[in-house]
Amino acid sequence: MGKFFAVVLVIIALASAYPIVTHKYVPPVDISTHGHSIDEQLADTMAEAGLAFLGAQLLLAFFIWKFSGRKEGERVSAIPGGARIMVAAAFILVGTEVLALGVFGQKAWAAVYFTPPAADALQVQAQAGQFAFYFRYPGPDGKFGPLHPDKIDEGNANFFGLDPANDVEARDDVVAAEMAIPVNKEIHLLMHAKDVGHSFYVRELRIQQDFVPGLDLSLHFTATKIGKYEIVCTQLCGLGHYNMKAYLNVLSQEDFDKWMKEKISEQ
Amino acid sequence: MDQPSVQPAPVHAPPQGFLWKYVFSLDHKTIGKQYYGLALVAVFIGMGLSWLMRFHLVWPNKAIPGLELISKVGAPGGVITPEYYLSLLTMHGTLMVFFVLTNAPFAAFGNYFLPIQIGAEDMAFPRFNMMSFWVTFSAFLVLVLAFFIPDGPPISGWTAYAPMSAVGSDAGPGLGWGQNLWAISIALFCAGSLLGALNFIATTIDLRAKGMTFMRMPICTWAWFITSCIALLAFAVLLPACILLILDRTAGTSFFIPSGLVVSDKLQPHSGGSPLLWQHLFWFFGHPEVYIAILPAAGIVSHILINSMRKPLLSAKVIIYSMMSIGFLSYMVWGHHMFLSGMNPVSALAFSFPTLTITIPATLLTLIWIGSLYGANLRLDAASLFALGFISMFVTGGVSGFFLAQPSLDIYLHGTYFVVGHFHMVMGVAAIFGVFSATYFWFGKMTGHMMNETLGRLHFWFTFIGTYCIFMPFHYLGLVGNIRRYSSFVDDFMGPLMPLHKFITIAALITGASQFIFLFNLIYSRFKGPKAPDNPWQATSLEWTVSSPPPWNNFGDKHPIVYHDPYQYGVKGSKGDYIMQDSPEQSTGSA
Repeated sequence: MGKFFAVVLVIIALASAYPIVTHKYVPPVDISTHGHSIDEQLADTMAEAGLAFLGAQLLLAFFIWKFSGRKEGERVSAIPGGARIMVAAAFILVGTEVLALGVFGQKAWAAVYFTPPAADALQVQAQAGQFAFYFRYPGPDGKFGPLHPDKIDEGNANFFGLDPANDVEARDDVVAAEMAIPVNKEIHLLMHAKDVGHSFYVRELRIQQDFVPGLDLSLHFTATKIGKYEIVCTQLCGLGHYNMKAYLNVLSQEDFDKWMKEKISEQ
Repeated sequence: MDQPSVQPAPVHAPPQGFLWKYVFSLDHKTIGKQYYGLALVAVFIGMGLSWLMRFHLVWPNKAIPGLELISKVGAPGGVITPEYYLSLLTMHGTLMVFFVLTNAPFAAFGNYFLPIQIGAEDMAFPRFNMMSFWVTFSAFLVLVLAFFIPDGPPISGWTAYAPMSAVGSDAGPGLGWGQNLWAISIALFCAGSLLGALNFIATTIDLRAKGMTFMRMPICTWAWFITSCIALLAFAVLLPACILLILDRTAGTSFFIPSGLVVSDKLQPHSGGSPLLWQHLFWFFGHPEVYIAILPAAGIVSHILINSMRKPLLSAKVIIYSMMSIGFLSYMVWGHHMFLSGMNPVSALAFSFPTLTITIPATLLTLIWIGSLYGANLRLDAASLFALGFISMFVTGGVSGFFLAQPSLDIYLHGTYFVVGHFHMVMGVAAIFGVFSATYFWFGKMTGHMMNETLGRLHFWFTFIGTYCIFMPFHYLGLVGNIRRYSSFVDDFMGPLMPLHKFITIAALITGASQFIFLFNLIYSRFKGPKAPDNPWQATSLEWTVSSPPPWNNFGDKHPIVYHDPYQYGVKGSKGDYIMQDSPEQSTGSA
């Protein structure tokens, strides 16, 4: 039975590795400026993890094959080097590899979080609420009007709780249900939660961040490919969580200007 | 501190009467079996819930006959609604993490075997012990009650993030009384666990028999001791967190709720609170909790493997120190559940480093286990098969954690099925394999009847292959960006992934069905299994020196004296290739 176990284990290990090695299940195409460092990090980690996984499973299988079903009274022995080799291996191999990935892996994190947005980044505010995203642009005056939660009136499309009657800056704010942005332009995304926790995730953009009620969070990124991409909620927010999505519409600068003009005239 | 100075007086009188013998027993052995029974009920309910969830994901509009009887609102006509799916998900997680993974490897086997393995008559505080079980049992009843109230169980997940879990029924179905029951249940569970942890610690330190130094304790005893230390600190944080949650929900406080929230068109009358506070409190408990789930299993597997290999591990000390390091580091990493939560991004790096560092002791455990197999005389039976399977699962689950420990990768993988695959592999499979291994190994000792070996092996093959078929694909789904906690998949790109989801569902149903082989074996063997000898496995630790099952005070009137560590295998003893811990004989050479 030991030999059967070993064979099953080898098959499972190789079958598990197969879809990874053949790139059958991979993240969608990267459309961001920082995403390549995440993808490289993912590939490096997959290689190390894959080696560790295969190495351990195959060694386990080999030892089970060789050291089970032996004759009664067979002498037992210890592996040459004993525990010392294992301790050395764990600290040196794993320790350095782990710290290296940890240290080098900072790059992608730093690119997203440790650099401030460019001064001329396009500001967009996203509001997440059960169960939709809405987006707000500051309009020609370049300023966002203040939010008044008590003025939120979804029936009259006042999703953000704006008070244009009293707030001058709110008068030209542009509100939309899709997030249109120009390609190759840095976006400064301001994030506001209306009710409970939500999250902003665009797979292709390699960007994810929770909306936290009470906290003003922000992200910045630059999209590099024109197209329509899903924005999905990834923080459990209630019964409509599975269906809470919007679209990121990456347009050429020309098309974006046209879109914005249309939206301004609609407000 | 190493040697107890006084022989302990008898801990309690022999039990009389049905109620004191079988219900409110002070006997750690009965209490251990009670915890096991509770975990058994919880795991079958939890597994049933997972079947419903998997079924709904791939056949969302198909009716499940009879489900409308359990919940007319949640499953009208037998078709699961989105909110009921989330209720099932919440209860599945809560039952499995608390009532199965904390109860079975730790409370059940720990209660039964820790006192015997250290040569004690019972736990230090038998009355606390009895109370801790009944408090835990009440917690279970309170939780399960949520299924039967009109609004149903909560939909906020086992993590119950605020403010959704704190604002009440405005935020959705199940978030009224369902969430209250959840919070009360978990608070009770914390209280029961704290009592249990105190007991384990006091017993281990104070009630060891003559000659039972700390380093002569079996590795599983060490694991239970280390786990109790972790549990004491972890549950001590979750208990007040649940109380604060209950206060926010019922007393108008705002620990977790900021101002200006508009939920279901209603401006919430709260201000000043922080949703992140709940996350910090929860995960400060939550991360050590997952090590509470895995360490006892790792200890049990070490214990069983040594016996099955007929040789000691390369170094028991390394295993023990690695488990201690894991326990210590477990308190420094909770923020890795919160990389994207909005806390200061510099802290992500501070949490990432200790998380990556845990790889070292975890690898040490794995290398010692695998390295020890070299030169072994490995006996393969149901218990050792599951122990070996544990090693395989621990590697797989651990390796995926490596990805999630890095904040940059977490940006992409957070909230996807990759995370779900990771924690199911380590907790849902590896830890459970530890429980199965322990059951096959110790059932004879606990009940006086051996389990059926053929059925045990069949159970192993179905479960080992089946769980890989279920949970390995979760990682692939995560890599593509399949989001978790979705009751249906309506994303544009999900179409091509549905065949893989169907494969997972069918694997889950088959693997789940095979667990009834185990249940049948348990029940049948309890009554009809062959009589268990005192020491069927030719093992060395103290539980094998007494009858199967042991007398009410474990050692009769004899307090054992310990002469050896429990690793005397591969030696020339009078009984064979081993020498028991309480035997004064010395080895006359290598076997």
